[in-house]
Amino acid sequence: MMDNKMIVEGSLEAYEENGETKGVKFLGRLPYYRGLGLSMVEDILVSIDGNKVPREDVRFHVHGNTYTLDEMETVYDDRWNFGEKATIIALKDGGFGPGEHKVEFGVRMRVSYLPFVPTTSDTKSLALAA
Amino acid sequence: MAIKRGVSLYSYQNETFQEKMSLEDCIRVSAELGANGIEVIGEQTFWGWPEYAVDEAAIENWHKLIDKYDCTPVSHDFMLDYKRYKGRMMPHDEQVASVKRDIDFGARLGMKFIRALVSIEPQVLVDAAPYAEEKGIKILIEVHAPLHFDHPWIVRHAEAFEKSGSDALGFLPDMGMFLHAFPPVWKEKFLRIGVPQNIADYIEKAYEDRVLSEYVILNVREMGGEGPAIAMAETLRHNAAFEPKRMLDYMPRIHNIHGKFYQMNEDCVEPSIPYDEIVKVLQQGGYDGYICSEYEGNRWIEDAEEPDSVEQVRRQQVMLARLLGESETPALKAAA
Repeated sequence: MMDNKMIVEGSLEAYEENGETKGVKFLGRLPYYRGLGLSMVEDILVSIDGNKVPREDVRFHVHGNTYTLDEMETVYDDRWNFGEKATIIALKDGGFGPGEHKVEFGVRMRVSYLPFVPTTSDTKSLALAA
Repeated sequence: MAIKRGVSLYSYQNETFQEKMSLEDCIRVSAELGANGIEVIGEQTFWGWPEYAVDEAAIENWHKLIDKYDCTPVSHDFMLDYKRYKGRMMPHDEQVASVKRDIDFGARLGMKFIRALVSIEPQVLVDAAPYAEEKGIKILIEVHAPLHFDHPWIVRHAEAFEKSGSDALGFLPDMGMFLHAFPPVWKEKFLRIGVPQNIADYIEKAYEDRVLSEYVILNVREMGGEGPAIAMAETLRHNAAFEPKRMLDYMPRIHNIHGKFYQMNEDCVEPSIPYDEIVKVLQQGGYDGYICSEYEGNRWIEDAEEPDSVEQVRRQQVMLARLLGESETPALKAAA
């Protein structure tokens, strides 16, 4: 559900550290009718222009904190709220280049009551904001 | 006492997710329709719950809106994420403690009930029941498809509730378990994702004929069905036309109803769930709680069109008012 609303339109930007381009970031929402504690976000899958970003190069930023996906697995006091726009960061030295990019964003969730582990994804073409 | 009408704010999820409707909008339109009972999924409506504290201002705002629109808080639906820890289940005592926090949260919102998901162990609820009694809250387990009132898991809950002797434990049946016809919005979605017309027609007819799901799945496979066609056939594993009258044995413990619906047509009829029969059974059983609208067609149409949740809820409330013999037809006020 909300699959086609996971990636927030117009939100792609260069990600910089100390003035250097280190990748891209965009706003993402959880495809779910509620929020989820961060320890239950099993994986965040990002591809840029068809190339999968390695899991260790994905960061999740919410409420002033930036987490690796491994770190998120033991975060029990923070959550990705219903409809909340979190910042998803894909690291790559020098970035992914200017212009339009095809962004694929998937989330795998561990949901207590479901007899399966759902992965939901969204793909959008986004222009890199200057 | 008569059956009362309410809305679960779950119904407006597409609009609230996109911030097209505020909490005030949700409560206001429900009240305009005469659906004065308000049910929430606590962690959908209140950011932070249960991992971090909900702002006191958000709770105050809730009470202010409930008063302003003359509504009644009905139920806080809690989740209890017992799989919070990767690779291990939350221990029993911690689950009980978690339910107690949801009892407190429900009480803070002025709710009479909190909803437990059906996969929770009976003993967790039994052990939380004394605290619920203390706080004036009843814990209701949601009986939801594919489970139903004759399923051994539900029977086990019922036996545990009786043995406990507590009247703080009960049931919240979801009307989706009485799925008497294959929902047209499901069929249309499966056609959009590539199920061949002849297979979709066959599955719809097989559902009408009450054919065992496993035979339908095999037949679809033999018709050359794969991927989405198998997925469509597999919906029959999780949905069935159980009988509304099965609720009668459990009436003393049924305190809230999820008025699940997948689509309300222009004539204000749900084509797949027999609400005329459901209302008759509830009246026969002396039910005097709320029926809360729970619109779930959203996820079946959102790939093709934006759901109009308010219009869907309006139509269901018109249907419910009609079935309950109310003299006035619920209507939204014209936008100011």
